Order: sequence, then C-alpha cells, then structure tokens
Amino acid sequence: MIRTGLEIALIVVGVFFLTVGTIGMLRLPNVYNRMHATSKPTTLGTAAIFFAGFAHFGPGAEGLTALIGIVFLFLTVPTGAHMIARAAEQIGIPFEGSVTWPDASAVDRSDRAERAERTEKSDD
Amino acid sequence: MSEAADPALLDAVVGGALILVSGLCVLCSYRVISGPTNPDRVVALDAIATNVVAIAVLFALQTDRGLFITVSLVLAIIGFIATVAAAKFITEGEVIDEP
Repeated sequence: MIRTGLEIALIVVGVFFLTVGTIGMLRLPNVYNRMHATSKPTTLGTAAIFFAGFAHFGPGAEGLTALIGIVFLFLTVPTGAHMIARAAEQIGIPFEGSVTWPDASAVDRSDRAERAERTEKSDD
Repeated sequence: MSEAADPALLDAVVGGALILVSGLCVLCSYRVISGPTNPDRVVALDAIATNVVAIAVLFALQTDRGLFITVSLVLAIIGFIATVAAAKFITEGEVIDEP
C-alpha cells in the first residue's frame, strides 16, 4: 500500500517536471534559455520516474538498473547540453538582450563569425 | 493515503502519465520542425530522447516487465551519443575528422 502510494507520488512529480521542461522549451526566447529549460527539469522528471521504477521492482536486478539509469542521466545530460551550447556559441548565435559573457575578452565574437564564414566558403 | 493507493489507481496513473508524456513528445516535435536555428532542433531532439526514456520506464511499470528498464538505459545511451555527434556536426561540419 505504502509502496503503491510512493510510486504514484513519484510518477506525478516526474510528469510535472517533464511538462515544465517541455513548456519552457516551447516558450523561452533563445537557444541558450531553451537548453537551460530542457536539461534540468527533464533530468529531474526522468530521475523521479526512474525512482518509481526502483520502488516498483525493489532492490533486485531491475531496480539497480534503474539506479544506474539515474546516475547515467546526471552524468550525460549536462555534458550534452554544454556541447550544444558551445556549438551554438561557436556558430555565432547572439545572447539575449544585455546578457554578456562574464569575461568579455574570453569571447571574441567577430573572430568567431569570420572563422565560420571562412569554413563555409572553404566547404565547396 | 493507504486507502486510496490500490493497484487499480496505480494503473490509471501510469496510463495517464504515458498518454501525457507521449503528448509532450508531439509538442517537442514543433520545435524540431520550426526551430529558428539548428541548435534549437538538437535541443528539442534531446528533450524527445529523454521523454522516450521516461516512456520506457513507465511502460515497464505498466506491463510489470523489468526488461524495459534496460531498454530505457540503452535509449539514454543512444540519445547521449546522438546529441554529442550532432553538436560536433554543427560546429565542425563533420563528425569524425579525416586526418
């Protein structure tokens, strides 16, 4: 009884976070904001649903697989989001409004745009 | 709580969650089709991959077969590799550099 209630609560929490992440991805204005909105709530929601699986199957083989899934998500989703953000910054997508890099000299945008143009030209 | 938490309610909650997360995948496809830039599309595909992982775990709960937890782990690995490869393709124009 208690286990079933715990599973229902974890599934509700997970679906809530997945919904929040998807709405943020549809509504936010910039690719950086969208990446921020999808990576964190989606990870939390899927981790909650994995915990529901752990509560359902118990600490046997499948429950341990669910825990490994949580660890894997927490390792890989920030890595993937960081690589997408770095790619977006390198092909020259501008930041929103007055947002700047913390150290402005670390990002030389004109050089990056020039290099992107040059690689585009050297494609053919 | 202990009175309301019977297995029939769990079945209903898991079924509703499956329908809702599938609808979220369809909503993400809007951003895949009409995203202004290519990184938007990659972000949306990453979100779809994570939603499909959640769908696999929910399916394991619905059918009471623990095999689908392993399926969700494999889907997570495929999604991560796809995201990294797409980010590299956007940046450099190719995935594996020719020497």
